[in-house]
Parts: sequence; C-alpha cells; structure tokens
Amino acid sequence: MEILVPILTAAVRSGTPILYATLGEILTEKVGVLNLGLEGIMLLGACSGFSVAYFTGNAWLGVGAAFLVGAVMGLLHAILSVTFKGNQVVSGLAITMFGTGASSLLGRTMVGFTIPGLPKVPVPYLSDIPVLGKVLFDHDLLLYGSYVLVLFFCWFYSSTRPGLYLRAVGDNPRAADAMGISVDKNRYLYTMVGAGIVAVGGAYLSVSYTKMWAELMSSGRGWIAVALVIFSIWNPARAVLGAYLFGGVEAFQLRLQAAGTTIPAPILMMLPYVMTIAVLFVIAIRQGKGIIFGAPAALGTPFYREERD
Amino acid sequence: MERITKRFAGVTANWAVDFDLRAGEVHALLGENGAGKSTLMNVLYGLYQPDGGRILLSGREQAFSSPRDARAAGIGMVHQHFMLIPSQTVWENMILGHEDLPSILPKKDVRRRILDLSDRYGLAVDPDAKVWQLSVGEQQRVAILQMLFRSARVLILDEPTAVLTPQEARQLFDTIGQMTAEGYGVVFISHKLDEVMAFSQRVTVLRKGRLVATVATEATTKERLAEMMVGEKVVLEIDRPAMAPGRTILECRDLRVLGDRGFPAIRDLSLSVREHEVLGIAGVAGNGQQELCEALVGLRTADRGRVIVDGEDLTNASPRTFIRKKVHYIPADRKGTGLVANMDVKENSILKRYSARPVSKGGFIDWKEVASFARTVVSRFGVNAPSTETPVRNLSGGNLQKLMLGRELSDSPKAVLAMHPTWGLDVAATKFVREQLLAQRERGAAVLLVSEDLDELLSMSDRLAVLCKGELMGVLDAPDRTPVETIGLMMAGTPLAEIEGAEVSA
Repeated sequence: MEILVPILTAAVRSGTPILYATLGEILTEKVGVLNLGLEGIMLLGACSGFSVAYFTGNAWLGVGAAFLVGAVMGLLHAILSVTFKGNQVVSGLAITMFGTGASSLLGRTMVGFTIPGLPKVPVPYLSDIPVLGKVLFDHDLLLYGSYVLVLFFCWFYSSTRPGLYLRAVGDNPRAADAMGISVDKNRYLYTMVGAGIVAVGGAYLSVSYTKMWAELMSSGRGWIAVALVIFSIWNPARAVLGAYLFGGVEAFQLRLQAAGTTIPAPILMMLPYVMTIAVLFVIAIRQGKGIIFGAPAALGTPFYREERD
Repeated sequence: MERITKRFAGVTANWAVDFDLRAGEVHALLGENGAGKSTLMNVLYGLYQPDGGRILLSGREQAFSSPRDARAAGIGMVHQHFMLIPSQTVWENMILGHEDLPSILPKKDVRRRILDLSDRYGLAVDPDAKVWQLSVGEQQRVAILQMLFRSARVLILDEPTAVLTPQEARQLFDTIGQMTAEGYGVVFISHKLDEVMAFSQRVTVLRKGRLVATVATEATTKERLAEMMVGEKVVLEIDRPAMAPGRTILECRDLRVLGDRGFPAIRDLSLSVREHEVLGIAGVAGNGQQELCEALVGLRTADRGRVIVDGEDLTNASPRTFIRKKVHYIPADRKGTGLVANMDVKENSILKRYSARPVSKGGFIDWKEVASFARTVVSRFGVNAPSTETPVRNLSGGNLQKLMLGRELSDSPKAVLAMHPTWGLDVAATKFVREQLLAQRERGAAVLLVSEDLDELLSMSDRLAVLCKGELMGVLDAPDRTPVETIGLMMAGTPLAEIEGAEVSA
C-alpha cells in the first residue's frame, strides 16, 4: 500500500491532461467531426496557458486563455471541415503541425521559467478516506475540474435536449436536418468547445503538472487521447479508466527509472506508446467481431443538404 | 404549391408544378421513378429550396428555409429512408427537433404521450427500444408517430408501402383513414396504381418533372392513370413460356451467415435453383436477402453450411472462383458493389475479365480488345452513353443497370443472382431488364431474383421462396396461383407449413 499510493496519485495526475483531451475529442467526434489536431492544440494550450499564467501571475487566467486559444483552433478546423467540407484528416494534421511549430516558436523565450502553479485544495472529509482520499481528493482545483466534466458529460449526453441533438447530428445529420436541427451550428459549437477542453488539458501540463514550459512537452499525449476516444467507445466514464491507465503506465515507468533499473530509459519511455498500439490492436479485433459499435455513424463525413443519393 | 420549379446541376426535377391539398383528404402523388415526386415534396418540407414558384398555406405565402419552418407550419414528412437515428431509442427519436420541450428531458411525459398517440392511431411501438432493433414496419410507425408527436396537420408519406408486407400496408391505410377523419391532410407518394385507386380521394400525376393532371380518383381508372404516368399506352405483360427445369446449378444447405453486426442474418437455409428456372426471393427488406446473395457469390463467409455450384462444393471460395464457375451477381447498389463510379464505361465492362485472354495478354491489357468488347456490350444492351470513355457516374440508373447486365450476361453464365434489378428504373428499362433475365432462363441459366416488388416476383418466378428474419418460411411452387395474403403472412413470419396446416384443419 505504502508504495502504491504515490504511484496511483501520480497516475491520476499524469492521466489528467489525457483525460481532458479525451473528453474534448469525444465531444467533437460525437457531433461527427474528427479532429486530429489534438497534439497541436494541447501544445498551444500548454504554451499560451503557461505564458499568461507567468506574465499575469494568475494561473486561472492562463487556463482561461488556453481554452480560448483551443476554441480558436477548433473554429479553424470547423471552418475547414464544416463550411468548406474539406478533408478532416488533412485539416487536423495541419493543425497539429501548426500547433507544434507555433508553440515551439512562441515558447522559446519562456524556457527555464517556472511558476508557482495551482495550490493543492484537499477536499474536506473525502481526502481523509484511506488510500483513495490521498489518490483522488488531494489535488488542485483544475484536476477536480476533470471529475466535474466527466459527470457533466455523462449527464449531458443522456439526459438533455442539446445532448440528444448533438448525438443525432453525429449519427445521422440528414435526419437531424430533416428534424430541424442545424447541423452546421452544432458542429461549429462542439468542435470549438471540444478543442477548448483539449487545450485545457495542455494547460494542465504546463500550469499544474510541471509548472514550466518545455518544447514538445505534450510528447504524444494528444495522439494517445485519439486512441483513447476509441477505447472508451465515446463514453466519458470509460475515458477515465483509459486515461488513468495510461497515466499509471507513465508514472510506473518514471518510478522505475528513478529507482535505477538496468532497463534502458528509452525502452521504458516507449511503454505508454507500446500500450497505445496494443490497445488499438485489441479494439480492432473486437470491432472485427462486431462486439464494439458506438462510433458516431457520420464521423468524419461532411454534410451536404441537397446532395442526391 | 404554385408553379414550383427545382433544378439540380443541369437537371430540372420539377418544372412549374401546381399542387394542392385539402384538409381531411388523401391525395396521391403518382409518377414513375425520377418523375420528381419526392423532390416536389422535399420542397414543400423545406429540405430543398425551390428555384421558382411559391408555397401557400391556408392562403398565406410561406418561405420555408429549412424543415424546421415547415414543421412549425404543421407539415410533417416521412421519407422513404426514415430520418431516424438508429443508435437512439424510440422516445429519443420522437423528441428530436422538438423545441418546446425543456432542456432537461422530461422522459416520463414523453413516454406517456407516445403511448397515448400510438393507442389512438393503432401504431404500436415500444418507446424504450433502440431504433436499429426494430423491423422496417415498426420504424415506419416511429417515423409517423414522430410527426404526430409534433402535432403536424399535413403528413407526407414517401412510398410508404414499399417496405411493408401487404398486411402491414393495410394497417397503415387504416391509420391514415383515422387521421383524415380527424381533419389531417395526407399526401402519399406512390407508383403503385392499385393502392392509389383504393386509398386516395384525388391523384396528381407527374411525368419527367412536369404536372400531367390532378383528377378525382373516382373519375378515373387504373388504365388511364398508367397512361398519364408513362405518356403512352403500356403493356407491362411479359411472356414467360413454360419450361422444364434441368439439373440443380446453385444450391445452399443449412447455410448460416452473419450480418454486419455479428448476428446471424441467414439461419439454416437450404435452397436450390435449377437450369431454366427463376427462383424468386420475397421478403421485407433487410431480412437477410443481401447476406444470402453475398454468401452465394463468395462475398461473405458462411458461418455454417455449404454452398454448392453445379455439384461442386464452393463454400467460402473466393469471389473469383465463383466468377470462373460462371456464377454472376447483379448487386443492388449499382455504383457501390456493381460498378466503379469514377471509371469509364469500357473499364467497367471488363472488371470481371481483365485477367484472362483475350483482354489480358502477357500481363498487359489489350485496350483495343477492351474497346471492342465495350462497344459490343453497349450496342447489344442498348446502353445510352456519350462514349465508352464516359465515367459511369454520369450515367442514369437505367443505363448503369444495362451496362452491368451486359458485363454479367455476356459470359453465358450458369447462374445469375439479381438483387432489385429494376429498382428505380422507368417502365421501358424495367421491361428490358426483365426480358434479359428471362432470356438467360431460356438459354439454360439458373436465375435467382431478389425483389421487394411482389408483382415483379409473381410475374417472373417459377418458384418463390419467402424469407423472414433470415429463415425460410417456405417455397411456393406456383406463386402466381397463391393468394397474396398467404405470401404476406409468410413475409410477416408465419411458415408455409403452418398456413397450409390451418387451411386443412379449417
């Protein structure tokens, strides 16, 4: 138990940016838009979040700025893929490349700076629970924000009218349109909000997790989140499981490195990515057997109202 | 609707069409496929913007920029392909686009209202079922309820009976009767003369996008309507001379095939087709027809059972083996499985012979040979294409089908599987396709014909097999002498043996 608590705590902390990114991408994909720009948006979120936090001295302003920057990238993606009906894969990859390059350039001057980050706020009573309290309820507010978001989305998708519309647009835009639901409006809105949440994941990395900026600091978490969306079958609750699993692997390999194992560090650092491939492999097999279906049926396809088929 | 005009990229789908509907009437909109019926109604429903003309409702001009506006004005439409979200439940579908409901959904209220409505109009559904689990008939009920739920006063039904068994169709018209008695106006789009004559008060006939006439149903006859629809006197009779069937060509035994979702789509099915014989397959769409055909030509693996071609076991052999054994398939989706839309006529014509002489010489394609073969197909099957270099995506449905027939039937096939071969074709093309299939039968091929058009099946088939939920309900040896009610019962899931047993005991 004594050894497990720090590892589990680290798992939750290092899983949180992935969780935010996964939740954001689930939202975007549920409305039928595939955004592969996650990695770039996370980097931009981390960069802008850190710089605003550093220069204003207010970490929360940084998080807000990251959300806005993410939303702007989402807007860009929506313009390309919803209005101009471009190829969503290409547009997403372009955003990743742009985000990677822009964040490296803009962040250059901030390398080496540190900020105090966000204060720990143990949740009263809950943090006193043995093991679990320390693991789940002894963090900063931004981490708790991800819990709130998971609960909110579970409720939002299943029990609200906008949630229902969102799923309708992602599953059958033609039907949604015929029912008077605006496909384009929904897609714009959730692509922007989704990208904003992804960027908050990036901001968590720089503002809360490391309290500094480093080039390419998201190191593939955006791509892992893309895989996790499939792993979670577009279900926010399952996304938690996936994110902490990856966070756990990450934390575990860091521990091993720190303990001075003989396994070379690069091999250990590969672990989360090897696991991503393994997870995708298992999913592909299960999909082949028809066990998994939950993907929004219209994912990645633009909608043309007057197209005749 | 006054002088409605609608164009699509170069094609005029509606040209100055007038249409009016009165409260409490059933108004049929009649025309061949491609006559512009659905387009006209999609304009009324706000899905398409008209290029000319105006829409009046109770005397006031309307501008519908989307279906939302049309629905706010009390117009509801049930499309041929239902506008439902398969992954959601019935009650969730019901409230899509329903703006008056609070943002946090009142599940209980919605469910009660659905049950009220379904009681009142005889539209039984389970509000908590997921739509993809429902039969096509049930899905249609959901789609109609969806419109009633939204208090539509005008209901447009696009080819509502195409997917129903005869009994379900009668039920539907009972519902419609109940609705018109309460003052609803109902438009139903159809190309079936019998139901138009039986269930409508007035008929509007469209041909090639233009209005032919609007007449009172009482004052006209089936023959007159058919003439208006086609523009000339038509004889749809086809000649099917009696022939003695030969040996069995295509056979399956205890076949089990899984559908796309991993559930059995065909269960323990045994069938055989002989030389000089057309075996019709009847059934409501989505009861395993597609999966059966695919398993019989190697496109889908058989989970259990055997597929035998001319005495040889070809279970789960490659599609190419089936082609070599002269088993030819005319799939339902012409531009998907059937033809490559972006390739031209001559390339499409050799898709199944590219690897053998004379087309292939030493691993290279002899394009002169290809061109001459394509020209033969085009002239023999009357494909109307600007040239053999025209991409097939630019061809009409009838010409696509002729091209595909030409490709499949030029090899003197032993067996031909045709799925919905006349779907969406005009009268002349339909007749041509049917004649070609019967010519194959005469030549000695075994023909398996899948169709949703019962009249087509009855006039073409020597024997008729009826499928329901992937199971064989029975094979009728003299389908044209069997009462339609019997076939309807079989389509709805009663095995033939049971029906006959009931008759004997009665």
